[in-house]
Amino acid sequence: MTAVTPGAATATELELVQKGAFDFDWNEAIRKGAIVALTLAFIALSGMPVGLDDRSLIEPILSMGYVALLWVPFVLGWLSGNETVLEGMAATKRGLRDVVRGDVIGFVGGLGLSLLVILLNAFDLRDPLVNWSPQLIELLQFDRGQGFGIVAWPIIGGVLGAAGAGLHLVSPRLRKAILSAVITVLLVAIFETFIVDVIDFLDDLLYEKQGGLKLVAAIVIAVVAFIASYAGAGRAVGQVRSNYHQATGAAKKSQTITFIAIAAIALIVTPMITGKITQELLANIGIFLLLALGLNIVVGLAGILDLGYVAFFAVGGYTTAVLTSPNRGEDWPEWFPIMPWWGALLVTIVVAALVGLFIGAPVIRMRGDYLAIVTLGFGEIIRILFLSDWLNGYFNGAQGITNVPAADFGFAQVKGTDPRSVFYLVLVFAVISIYVSWRLERSRLGRAWMAIREDESVAEAMGINTVNMKLMAFVVGAVLASFSGAIFAAKVGSIFPTSFLILVSIIILVVVIVGGMGNIIGVIVGAAVLIGVLGGPKQPGLLAEFSEYKLLIYGALLVVMMLQRPEGLVPNARRSRELHQDEFLQDAWLKGEVDTDDDDEPGTEVQGALA
Amino acid sequence: MSDTPLLEFRNINTHYGAVHILKDVNLAIYPGEMVCLLGGNASGKSTTLKTLLGMVTPTSGEVVLDGEVVNDKPTSYRVERGITMVPENRRLFKRLSVLENLQLGAYLRDDKDGIANDLERIYSMFPRVKERLSQRAGTLSGGEQQMVAMGRALMASPRVLLMDEPSMGLAPALVQTNFELIQQIHEEGIAIFMVEQNANMALSIADRGWVLQTGRVVLDDTADALLQNPDLRKSYLGEATSH
Ligand SMILES: Nc1ncnc2c1ncn2[C@@H]1O[C@H](COP(=O)(O)OP(=O)(O)O)[C@@H](O)[C@H]1O
Ligand SMILES: [Mg+2]
Repeated sequence: MTAVTPGAATATELELVQKGAFDFDWNEAIRKGAIVALTLAFIALSGMPVGLDDRSLIEPILSMGYVALLWVPFVLGWLSGNETVLEGMAATKRGLRDVVRGDVIGFVGGLGLSLLVILLNAFDLRDPLVNWSPQLIELLQFDRGQGFGIVAWPIIGGVLGAAGAGLHLVSPRLRKAILSAVITVLLVAIFETFIVDVIDFLDDLLYEKQGGLKLVAAIVIAVVAFIASYAGAGRAVGQVRSNYHQATGAAKKSQTITFIAIAAIALIVTPMITGKITQELLANIGIFLLLALGLNIVVGLAGILDLGYVAFFAVGGYTTAVLTSPNRGEDWPEWFPIMPWWGALLVTIVVAALVGLFIGAPVIRMRGDYLAIVTLGFGEIIRILFLSDWLNGYFNGAQGITNVPAADFGFAQVKGTDPRSVFYLVLVFAVISIYVSWRLERSRLGRAWMAIREDESVAEAMGINTVNMKLMAFVVGAVLASFSGAIFAAKVGSIFPTSFLILVSIIILVVVIVGGMGNIIGVIVGAAVLIGVLGGPKQPGLLAEFSEYKLLIYGALLVVMMLQRPEGLVPNARRSRELHQDEFLQDAWLKGEVDTDDDDEPGTEVQGALA
Repeated sequence: MSDTPLLEFRNINTHYGAVHILKDVNLAIYPGEMVCLLGGNASGKSTTLKTLLGMVTPTSGEVVLDGEVVNDKPTSYRVERGITMVPENRRLFKRLSVLENLQLGAYLRDDKDGIANDLERIYSMFPRVKERLSQRAGTLSGGEQQMVAMGRALMASPRVLLMDEPSMGLAPALVQTNFELIQQIHEEGIAIFMVEQNANMALSIADRGWVLQTGRVVLDDTADALLQNPDLRKSYLGEATSH
């Protein structure tokens, strides 16, 4: 139906033309369709759909492999209807036009996959395309032959594109309800292992034996989510939130305390009722959260772009391992003590602080890009030192240090086979780190850091000792990372150079950026979402199936965030305002709120003050 | 005016790498004075201020504060003893709030009551600043930023205020009020050392002035005398010779 041109003459088509259904920028739509086509082809050839095809979401109709493709036309269809409507400008009216445009975009995108099906059938592309496989062809043809695949994709694309765009036409309330139904079903299906791990009996109730939601269950969940949303469950949450924002003084304080108490109880109770998978996940989130909180001070507050942050994680891990494991290198002198974990932790903190000073002193005088590159180098140097033959007698090179004992607290043993204990230990340190970060942000030191971040020379002119303050940020960051390293050593029970690749630095940085730089809550959310869902550099997340494509997703996420939402997932109101300043000003200008001649009115004020 | 200068340059030479910027410069600022340093672009005016404040170290000569040679003392030492700068183009901490900017001005002080008093003083001087305390400094208008920059400097409770081209980038209508403001601060007993390209205006409120040319002091006189000086009128006050 999309290929219809305005010239065709049946009655309904004429009607459509009269309603302006084809009255949109066709070039633009086809260009966007081409983007969809390229994205789909890229995803298909990345091997993701085949890799994820075994993972059934809704038995037997939908696998994760298809979802990896199907979301593209839907989302792009929706986005095509998004236009920045500035206050005061006549917005073009929404209508059938939007749906047709979404349809065109999805259709063209689907054609891309049809073309791919033809190409894959015609040529053996095994050589240039490593992920070419018969399964990919079968998947793209829905196991029904070439012709079916070629015809099906443009139709599916068109329908999804139109559906995405059509969301603009329904009332916000209905739209929300539809989306919550779709998203809830997808989430319940995707997080099957997690949900079953938390609530055992749901396994038989919702899911098939071989995995995947039962079709009936999927329908019931969708209906429930739809009704709940339509009836206003979301608004109740919104109400609580706006209450909180409007509250002041004692009321706000008591609400904050209530919130923290609920969060604390939830955090303490969750690992008691869940299985090992969830506990492990929470422990990993905690370990990376500690790292992210430390890096947040260095990058977010002091504005020092440290790309070698993994160095301090490594120092923490190795120091603890050397001080606790009987299998440490043979060159350590006899008298060099082996001690319990908490004793090693104290030494680790001191060592990390010293290494922070040692690395920090030479790099801290550099600025911007130079500093970033040099820290990147230091991060690698530290790892290579631990790996080197030269220090083999101390750190065992690639063999690493094994047999790191559990952290023994008398009443509890913290070790990897008991992820719950690791989680509680990490929780204690996370609370400490969050509190420290929070206090620092509001302290004189924190203000000095932010001043340096904003304008180093002026900070110096205010009498701030910029070199010392930056060193301090480096050291605080190093110490927080070393907590994480020490816990990591006890958890894994062994320490290898390969645990400390550059990738760790980069993933932590992404967590900080995606969460929202300099924003503690944002960093917590960022760690929970990224590490929890996608997983750490080597640690699986909830979407273990995605682990092969983890970096692809991390990268894509970073790009999208920087373009669309530089203030992070949890924007700090102020920072967000600043980053979108231009839009605000433009809006305000159109509303006639800003006097463009901003110079004369403060003048009168000064005169008033002088009088 | 007392006999010991508050701030003094004795035969100061400054280099950026191999480039010789300040050449045998001698200056003296006495407590409570208002003096100005005139000079064309790149003549070394900003470098003079940075050297006074210790952000640039001279290659020879002495920077003297209250009779003490402070060449090897850091900026913080000098700020603590009452030297404060309003930097070129104001340079507020843009993403920090107005209040945070003001607090950073008082970074080296620990007298809580004094800080609170000074804040109140600044609020009454600039009621507009008080209204904007939680706003980001970068979102203020030019005139408001100037007020915050001045306020931030005053929060250090200075004895001498170094001002680097305070009228640069201000709308013409604001330049006049800005000078009046500087005069008002001066009347509270704070010495002012002002770097300006706007020679007429600066000399009309200053006691004395110097003229810097490619790093050398070529004129050193009272403001009135400088205003009458035919050479200066020609080169800096933009007047034709046949006046
Ligand atoms: N950090 C620096 N490094 C090298 N050269 C500089 C630096 N700062 C200023 N200069 C140079 O020193 C000279 C004097 O600069 P400046 O004191 O800023 O002049 P003014 O303030 O009188 O315009 C200029 O030629 C300028 O290019
Ligand atoms: Mg200058």
